[in-house]
Amino acid sequence: MTNLTTLTIAAARDKLAKKEFTALELTEAHLAAMEKHKALNAFITETPDIACARAKESDARIQSGKAGALEGIPLGIKDLFCTEGVQTTAASHILEGFTPQYESTVSQKLRDAGSVMLGKLNLDEFAMGSSNMTSYFGPVKSPWKAKGRSDDLVPGGSSGGSAAAVSGYLAMGATGTDTGGSIRQPASFVGIVGVKPTYGRCSRWGIVAFASSLDQAGPMTRTVRDAAIMLKVMCGHDPKDSTSAKLDVPDFEAALGKGVKGLRIGIPKEYRPDGLNGEVAALWDKGIQWLKDAGATTVDISLPHTSAALPTYYIVAPAEASSNLARYDGVRYGQRVEGRSLDEMYSKTRAAGFGFEVKNRILIGTYVLSAGYYDAYYLKAQKIRALILKDFSDAFAKVDAILTPTAPTAAFGLNDKQDDPVAMYLNDVFTVPANLAGIPGASVPAGLNSEGLPLGLQVLTKRWDEETMFRVCQVLEDAAQFPYLTVTP
Amino acid sequence: MSLDKATVRKIATLARIDVPEADLDATAARLSGILSWIEQLNEVNTDGVQPMSGGLDESMGLKLGWRADVVNDGGIRDKVLANAPDANGAFFGVPKVVE
Repeated sequence: MTNLTTLTIAAARDKLAKKEFTALELTEAHLAAMEKHKALNAFITETPDIACARAKESDARIQSGKAGALEGIPLGIKDLFCTEGVQTTAASHILEGFTPQYESTVSQKLRDAGSVMLGKLNLDEFAMGSSNMTSYFGPVKSPWKAKGRSDDLVPGGSSGGSAAAVSGYLAMGATGTDTGGSIRQPASFVGIVGVKPTYGRCSRWGIVAFASSLDQAGPMTRTVRDAAIMLKVMCGHDPKDSTSAKLDVPDFEAALGKGVKGLRIGIPKEYRPDGLNGEVAALWDKGIQWLKDAGATTVDISLPHTSAALPTYYIVAPAEASSNLARYDGVRYGQRVEGRSLDEMYSKTRAAGFGFEVKNRILIGTYVLSAGYYDAYYLKAQKIRALILKDFSDAFAKVDAILTPTAPTAAFGLNDKQDDPVAMYLNDVFTVPANLAGIPGASVPAGLNSEGLPLGLQVLTKRWDEETMFRVCQVLEDAAQFPYLTVTP
Repeated sequence: MSLDKATVRKIATLARIDVPEADLDATAARLSGILSWIEQLNEVNTDGVQPMSGGLDESMGLKLGWRADVVNDGGIRDKVLANAPDANGAFFGVPKVVE
């Protein structure tokens, strides 16, 4: 029998329909892989009983000809999506033991399409991080190792568990969330596809909030086609999220084969700063050539406010986080540390419940919103955000898509010294602008560096034009022939 | 921008996060490092720029969704209280607030 865990979602969908194997067999193969690779620490909570029950339901629906778009496909759910009756922690001690009484809209849509939940995936605490090192439940290890070396690497973050599970063949796909690059950067680090759709495509209802004007859910998969299949299911208007767009969801999969002939691809000069990693720069050049070979023309463009994006993000995101995370007060849910007064109970609960990086960001956010500093920081950041959006709007008047590297480096070591917060923030330097502007972005695995580690390329398009993004991604994937199967399942 | 101990103490109080006296200096140094990196934004000219207050696409005419002001949920008290650290009967229990 074929190795069930290395199939793509598209292939498994077809083979399930032809009854070459059952959904239960497919799920059990993945549960066995999860058992074998527990050391990756990809999951915070495994849900084998739920998975088997849902797989059996899928088999019944396949038998009766009522299969959904993701019928019987085993997926991991980032532990930031509330799942009814299943612990949801956001990788924080403060939410340990929290059992939602409702299901997030996105995970409900995936469930309604017949997919099977394998468990809840590890992440940086409250999605704040780029290495998965800030999780209360311990770091995630990447399934990848540098050539000839045995030390563990980070899977990136914040969707590090999702990245490790998909690249390590523990799940066929996973949900991620992306506030500043948390889908795309880990996807680049582990050699998978990660898509952040346009702000407003996916409902944020039931996703633990980090920075509400930036957060978007999206798929993480091993192929571009799988991402298109999964994203279609995840999108759509939801009255429970006032920022969810009342727009029709295109058939992303149908766009894949259209190629890039005649498309104009923008190459922003600000993404090639002095000192850009030579291998990253070379891979970017390769990507440019692939698109030209496929019939696209490239256009040199400028996004003048690029260097302002990251510091702007570190005002906007902590500000929104400090407000969103005010809800963890030890009263309604989560952990509580008793105190003599209500204020003391709050302060002790939050001191004990939040980790180091989360506290840092709440304090920064509180400061930039505090009386006397709001105009200097938050209002200034909102204005620069408008300029960054204008940069992109001007660019998309001239080009159909933009190609950049996803991250400035390949994955780094789990034990590398990481005591400079700003150095860690720089991981997201190429991904953050898309969140600030609300435009869609995807990372496609494009090659390996000299150490044998994956590097990704990022494709950006104007809002609501994920179809063009997918067309470009498909051409890159076809040209790259990425060796994702080099990881032993 | 360099934060002093007193400012950190004030922010921590506003944020309701207990920061021990012994950690105030290190916290001040760390936050100051991040804030001084952010200071580079002062060089960006934002004269006459309208602030962007959210992620919505106003160019598409998309606005925050509205719905009729009617009760469309409720009657789920047990669910609401299910995760409370101190569900005191039908209430959220908190330390005594009024003497």
